[in-house]
Amino acid sequence: MDFRFSDEQVMTADVVRALLAEVCNSQDLRRLLTSGGTWDEARWKKLSELGFAGILVPEDNGGLGLAPADLVQVAEACGYRCLPEPLVDNVGIAVPLLAAFADRPGVAPYLERALAGEITVAVSHPVNPYVAHADRASAALIVRDDNLHLVAISPDRLTVQPSADPFRRLHTIALAPGDATRIAGREEAEAPLRHTLDRGALFTAAQLLGMAQGCVDLAVAYAKERQQFGRPIGAYQAIKHHLASVQVKIEFARPVVYAAAADLPHDDLHSRARISQAKLAATEAADLAAHTAIQTHGAMGYSWEVDVHLYLKRVIALTEAWGGPSFHRERVAARVFNAPLGPETIFARETDYARLCP
Amino acid sequence: MNLIYTEEQNAFRREVRSWLEAHVPRQPLPSFDASREGFEAHRQWERVLDEGRWGMVTWPERYGGRGLDLIQWLIFEEEYYRAGAPLRVNQNGIFLLGPTLMEYGTAEQKSRFLPKMASGDEIWAQAWSEPQAGSDLAAVRASATLDGDEYVLRGHKIWSSRAVFADWAFGLFRSDPGSERHKGLSLIFFPLDAPGVRVQAIPQIDGETGFAEIFLDDVRVPAFNRLGAEGEGWSICMATAGFERGLMLRSPARFQVTARRLVEFFKACGTAADPVIRNAVLKAWMDAEAYALSIYRTASRLTAGGQIGAEASTNKIFWSEMDIAMHKTALSLLGARAELSRHAPDAVEAGRWLDGYFFSLAGPIYAGSNEIQRNIIAERMLGLPRV
Repeated sequence: MDFRFSDEQVMTADVVRALLAEVCNSQDLRRLLTSGGTWDEARWKKLSELGFAGILVPEDNGGLGLAPADLVQVAEACGYRCLPEPLVDNVGIAVPLLAAFADRPGVAPYLERALAGEITVAVSHPVNPYVAHADRASAALIVRDDNLHLVAISPDRLTVQPSADPFRRLHTIALAPGDATRIAGREEAEAPLRHTLDRGALFTAAQLLGMAQGCVDLAVAYAKERQQFGRPIGAYQAIKHHLASVQVKIEFARPVVYAAAADLPHDDLHSRARISQAKLAATEAADLAAHTAIQTHGAMGYSWEVDVHLYLKRVIALTEAWGGPSFHRERVAARVFNAPLGPETIFARETDYARLCP
Repeated sequence: MNLIYTEEQNAFRREVRSWLEAHVPRQPLPSFDASREGFEAHRQWERVLDEGRWGMVTWPERYGGRGLDLIQWLIFEEEYYRAGAPLRVNQNGIFLLGPTLMEYGTAEQKSRFLPKMASGDEIWAQAWSEPQAGSDLAAVRASATLDGDEYVLRGHKIWSSRAVFADWAFGLFRSDPGSERHKGLSLIFFPLDAPGVRVQAIPQIDGETGFAEIFLDDVRVPAFNRLGAEGEGWSICMATAGFERGLMLRSPARFQVTARRLVEFFKACGTAADPVIRNAVLKAWMDAEAYALSIYRTASRLTAGGQIGAEASTNKIFWSEMDIAMHKTALSLLGARAELSRHAPDAVEAGRWLDGYFFSLAGPIYAGSNEIQRNIIAERMLGLPRV
């Protein structure tokens, strides 16, 4: 029992944090916003050079064979900076799903290029009707009637669905009927899609967690500077207590997100409940953080001029991504109302029931 | 990151479980705050724990403990609450003063006070607050005047938990009469039956006498009873408060057991149709899990040599607010029975939840009010300016 990240995991996260501070700071976001773009090629190149594309892909398929716990803090760091590009979605969610079908016809060329960091892959899953950055992807994995399809992205398949988030270009993807694109039927797709949903929820939770802290830090910086009644507004308890309450939410969402990352590979009732709890807790923290940050900024918070609105809009987007609160509450309910409870079950797995209920 | 217990930890859990199954009283003990009888029954339980060397598992072996790490402490607490074992009447001593004594006490002080604390022969109360020094603890006025090798204590302490029946108290006194605020304070122990000490019970919201006022009128105690150097009382108290808010005051298992009771009660009530209550029940369980995960994470860090910091203040806010929410949810489930006292024929579970609700309302107040904790978080974690 050791609930700490390894030195390597800490180091990896530090590298990503440092890189993002350099290439994804407020000025960078502003520049992209002004240009009307959703993708900064220079930044994407640097992110690709980190070599994360195959981080969750088994070594046999040409990946690094690492675990969700190796990526969770990276996702948190991306959220903290409100990173526009879908690094996390690509390497944490899409590429591992593609790799699960490496042996199917037509998959290998895409997988090879995805692992090389040359292309991105989009996933259209029933819980997410809209797919962000599909226009930039080379291929999409599409779930239709529980079957999994792989299609090459072409403009005629895409319908743009503008998002309030200026950095998320959403699409619906058309799929022509017929089996030519199908790479897996219902039964073989079931488990990989279940894992994909878990990764989606976990890494979305991690991003929301980072965004929550990002919002608090923006608000704290502003509250230290902004003077009213002759002192910084951050000296007033009204402001302090709002921000402290957000920090409490963050502090108690973080260990759930980290534990969910460690538990994900168990793939059982308990790991699913913990991932769902992580999504719920991180969403709650990010939601409170975003509107508290707006309130702390006063009228500035309601303006286009400060970055808080970028976070707010991403929070709105990610709240429903990979399952909204109602969806995840039911996954928690499945564990709470049907399985043993109590302090001795905190790290239990389904296979431990015999021991727990002698 | 490895969230699996070792074989050794599993074996330890089995050992704790079997000892508790053999020793925990079959019937719940009467409250230690309602009568001398209840208090003495709990003192007897402390003796049983001490004889089994289960009283202070994190204390070093030479003081009657087992020298266990914090993960083992968590396992012990999980089994303790699972077994429904009695509340710890000497909590102020074992979890607050004990660790502080080990850090700041002299060898003589340790051998004088720790064994009797461990055995339950001396039960401790805390004497910090005064009528004019609550959240503003540095406004303490009670004085300690050195006279030869004795201190003469004068003043008025209040909200002292357990003081009605306890044997000793540890208090914060102004030992330098010209000093102000945090300076010139000393932490001094005094027996609650010493000449000049008068203890006046204060009935609580639930009618019990869990706290008291203490009037000190020229109470003479040996200078030996001062913990740490003269004038260093404030920093020692803050170290104690760190333990209190941090880990030891409220172990996660307490809330996990309450959450389980709540889920079972919800299922038994058959009101699954009310989504508001159902969501509150799920939230209670999730919060208890989150608190436990957070403490496991802190425990892992501290076991590896880390220090506890301002995040202790986030713990206190989180568990105290969670405790209120869980009990309020139970009251909603009870419906019209919510108001029944535990003596009512129809009460069954009702009185217990209501008592728990009353007690939960004290959580955001004691051990430093949640308003003070939010100031600490804002200033020390977030770096917002002090006024």
